Amino acid sequence: MAADAAPSEAIVSDVRLSPTREARAWIAQRAEAFVIPLCAAALGLLLFSLFLLSLGKSPATFLDLVQRGGFGSAFALQNSLQRAAPILLAALCVALPARLGLVIIGGEGAIVLGGLAAAAAALPLAGGPSLVAVPVMALAAALAGALWIGAVGWLRAYRGVNETIASLLISYIAIALANHLIEGLLRDPASLNKPSTKPIDEAFRIGPMPGLDVHWGLGIGIIACLLAWDLTERTTIGFAARVAGGNVRAAQIQGLPVGRLVVGFTALGGACAALAGFFEVAVVHGNANASLIAGYGYTGILVAFLARQNPLAIMPVAFLLGGIEASSGLIQRRMHLPDATVLVLEGLLFVVVLVSETFYGRFKAFNPHLWSNAPKGAAAS
Amino acid sequence: MTDLGLWSVLLAVIGGAIRVSTPFLFVSLGETITERSGRINLGLEGTLVFGAMSAYATAVLTGSPWAGVAVAGLCGAGFGLLHGWICRFPRVNDVAVGISLMLLGSGLAFFFGKSFIQPSAPPLPAIPFGFWSDLPQVQAALQVNVLFLVGAALALFLWWAFRNTRIGLVVRIVGDSADAARAMGYDVDRVRLLSTAAGGVLAGIGGAYLSLYYPGSWNEGISSGQGLMAVALVVFARWNPLACFGAALLFGGAGALGPALQSVGVAQGYYLFYAAPYVLTLALLIATSSPDRALAGAPGELGQSK
Repeated sequence: MAADAAPSEAIVSDVRLSPTREARAWIAQRAEAFVIPLCAAALGLLLFSLFLLSLGKSPATFLDLVQRGGFGSAFALQNSLQRAAPILLAALCVALPARLGLVIIGGEGAIVLGGLAAAAAALPLAGGPSLVAVPVMALAAALAGALWIGAVGWLRAYRGVNETIASLLISYIAIALANHLIEGLLRDPASLNKPSTKPIDEAFRIGPMPGLDVHWGLGIGIIACLLAWDLTERTTIGFAARVAGGNVRAAQIQGLPVGRLVVGFTALGGACAALAGFFEVAVVHGNANASLIAGYGYTGILVAFLARQNPLAIMPVAFLLGGIEASSGLIQRRMHLPDATVLVLEGLLFVVVLVSETFYGRFKAFNPHLWSNAPKGAAAS
Repeated sequence: MTDLGLWSVLLAVIGGAIRVSTPFLFVSLGETITERSGRINLGLEGTLVFGAMSAYATAVLTGSPWAGVAVAGLCGAGFGLLHGWICRFPRVNDVAVGISLMLLGSGLAFFFGKSFIQPSAPPLPAIPFGFWSDLPQVQAALQVNVLFLVGAALALFLWWAFRNTRIGLVVRIVGDSADAARAMGYDVDRVRLLSTAAGGVLAGIGGAYLSLYYPGSWNEGISSGQGLMAVALVVFARWNPLACFGAALLFGGAGALGPALQSVGVAQGYYLFYAAPYVLTLALLIATSSPDRALAGAPGELGQSK
């Protein structure tokens, strides 16, 4: 497969611009990916400000509180990064299958199941060496998530089942199953008010990353995003997935294993989300309980779409939304607004960013093939 | 009280089917209209939640449950118009827009609904069809809400209208081939906009039923995916309004199974019975889907990415 270059680059070489114009064209094409989402985010924020103003609340106070509650101090920053960790992994559960044109929204179930699998795997290993137990827990979580979301991919590829609805249904089923096990088979009799599994061995609890007050979930999340970017952008597998996402029939004619790609990418996404559950258990809670159902899976959907399914863009977006969600408590107390205020902001941003999809390729400034001396017809190819 | 044993479970499931099915029925009828015009609106889950909140709030403030139903329908129309308007832009994906509206609708409902969790609203009236029996279980099971009857009549009407009215035919043409509809001079985007708005109205009314009759109060977990299950149900019902009615009853029965078993003392596996509707939906989706994609009765334009 020699055509490993992005189609947009092919257009530039067709047009044969002068070196300086070529440089400008290079910048212009990449600028589009920054300018349009930023404008969309600004518009979303503007709409949200109007919403607040119509209720007699001050948008300036809101922004100030988000800044202070999410990013203003070392403590706030640490809190935001802590929240960003599961969001990063949950967003990959959306972004990886999206390469194949699939919309998977069942990450929440994979997180819960991953956390439960990690807690269950820790039970027989109690007292053993943590160097063995912690990887086994992570592996158990990843496997549970991979099977769960991979099953959705399998149903899509081989049975033609709508993956969006199936993934959400299977997520509800996962949550019911986890509740059933936490309140039944795996329940720690000592947990009276809040049913939980037996706490994992203290030795298996993961500490913070060296030099930081942030746990390893963030580091692994960032590494996972970088690997996901490498996989989707730089490998033949990722290229094959993009081809299949663009045109299934063309991919099949090329002999690409579309079915296996679909199962593989969904399973990988499920494993990522489940790892978020593993970190919630191994770092934050110490056992599996209803606190695993914290909505990270849904924030992950939002982050993946805001980042336009780009694993590199997921990192800053997850950090931003982690900060906004971290400041929610402060906003409730100081502005006397309900906790759903952040949900309204997120919903508005989501809608506006989706609408902005229509503007890609439309502005002359960003699209060298629309520039005046480009030969006619170059754009069409 | 006479001990009816397992009969009481059956009665409770039948009664539950009638009680629980109404929101499924309204949302699935609404989604049928939208999908017949060639678009998918996953946002009906958010519309359902917002409909529930707005109906409850209106009923609390005005004292009239029917005013609540009307407001919920209007709000649903608003969400439907928003979805339909956004999706007319090129390269905007209707499935993704639906997900975003699901989030926005629930977020707005939670935001404005905070102060209505405590007060109680007047419920929608029900007709006691069980008057002939002395058994309280039978009377409870046959307590049928007016909206259920409206929904049943609507299913019949839509089934007739899709075949026999000009509007029904236009919606179907637009959904089967946008090019053909354009060639005949119809404004495809406008037909889809109005179809999505109509779907939103019905989903909003379904939400009103949730908060004003069963379960009959407003809280943030009131829908828990019922709107999405109803969308899945449309696929199972093959875009046929009459089949939607049957499927909604089936789903209602599945949803009533958990509480019914609990009432006769089956405490084990409560959560698993609670998951029954989701398992049923998934099983039906798998059973009715086919790897060749083209299902009998599916609108031709549906699911085509732009």
